[in-house]
Amino acid sequence: MEDRATITLTVNGLTQTRAVDARLLLSDFLRHDLGLTGTHVGCEHGVCGACTILLDGRSARSCLTLAIQADGATIETVEGLGRMGDLGRVQQAFRDHHGLQCGFCTPGFLMTITDMLRHHPLETDDQIREALSGNICRCTGYQHIVDAVRELARARGPLT
Amino acid sequence: MKPARFDYVRAESIAHAVQALAGAGGDSKVLAGGQSLMPMMNFRLVKPSVLVDINRIPDLDRITLEAGTLRLGALVRHRVTAQDALVARHIPVLHAAMTHVAHLTVRNRGTFCGSVCHADPAAEMPMMTLLLDGTVHIASPRGTRAMPARDFLTGSLATALEPDEMVTAVDLAIPADGTGWAFEEFSRRHGDYALAAVAVLMERRDGRARNVRIAMMGIADTALRLSDVEAALEGREGTAEAFDEAVARLKASLAPNSDLNASADYRRHLAGALARRALAEAWDRAREAHMEPA
Repeated sequence: MEDRATITLTVNGLTQTRAVDARLLLSDFLRHDLGLTGTHVGCEHGVCGACTILLDGRSARSCLTLAIQADGATIETVEGLGRMGDLGRVQQAFRDHHGLQCGFCTPGFLMTITDMLRHHPLETDDQIREALSGNICRCTGYQHIVDAVRELARARGPLT
Repeated sequence: MKPARFDYVRAESIAHAVQALAGAGGDSKVLAGGQSLMPMMNFRLVKPSVLVDINRIPDLDRITLEAGTLRLGALVRHRVTAQDALVARHIPVLHAAMTHVAHLTVRNRGTFCGSVCHADPAAEMPMMTLLLDGTVHIASPRGTRAMPARDFLTGSLATALEPDEMVTAVDLAIPADGTGWAFEEFSRRHGDYALAAVAVLMERRDGRARNVRIAMMGIADTALRLSDVEAALEGREGTAEAFDEAVARLKASLAPNSDLNASADYRRHLAGALARRALAEAWDRAREAHMEPA
């Protein structure tokens, strides 16, 4: 029983070991301890979706996850999707379809969509909108995000 | 940091978890999916001195078919319940209800048993557990016990769970073959907490409704079984008149609150409209089964 522990986890393919307070949120761990500020914090109570990351391959709210829970886990964040000049396919689709304006919500959308493309049938716009419904964007009206996902869903391979 | 300071226990077993709960002297919380607990801890509405993380306890993440029931272990996530073949086959009303539960990312983490323990009056799990005559399995350092869900759920965000106890599983009774079912919910946005929802089970024997079960939520401090309305429909033919009468009785029995989202009158109207639809739907889905000769 501890209020502090050392954790080891894999973040975007790199193994990281850090001592953390038990109460440290995974969102703050990624941003402050690892400097991965692409994961954004909006509401910090699980409503807005800006902090969405992948935890062992499935999307999760990093603001509702303790860093200490991620000991031994594999984490993927927006930094793992691509880089300037070498965008990942979800990022490229957002760029092609104008799927963002201010960009604050975008990292969360990109990670949720990565989960959607791996695991969910996205045959209709209704299914796409339902799967996106846990992420809030105040700029786009969502239409361009749906357009980007539709293109990605049509181009993807079989579900895992 | 958002949550207040606490000691963290990564439980390796149920025995380990309940020992840690007992050692905290009543000031502990069990962490499963964390989709309700963590927001409350981030707001410091909940400040446990000990947090017992049960996510690594083996074998709690299964749905199993027992005699006449489906057993959902304490780590069965909403995503799993929503996609499980046993649930879809044996309890289609629960399969239907799951499409209304939260959003994709929350469903990846949130658990069925956790939601029953949280006992939110506007969440689907407590209501579905009541509808399906659920039994809650509980462990503590003193042993194990099983409790009917109707006794377990005592109020808004309140249960009969003692501080040194954890829920290990919930059993849901499988409805008889041919039972008609319906689930109707209204929320402002899909996946949000419901303003009201109703679930109905109904058997049909010799042209009459039998073993009618009706559960509602969003219209009182807790999810409810509407036993008066159930009794009034028992043995009636499934006519528009019978369902209209049942809905009138239902609306008269409700005393919903007004709040930011809806007035009491609106909630009562909504409850009636959803119930009327669900009763007719369940009746239409029920397959006729003749009484066994005595």
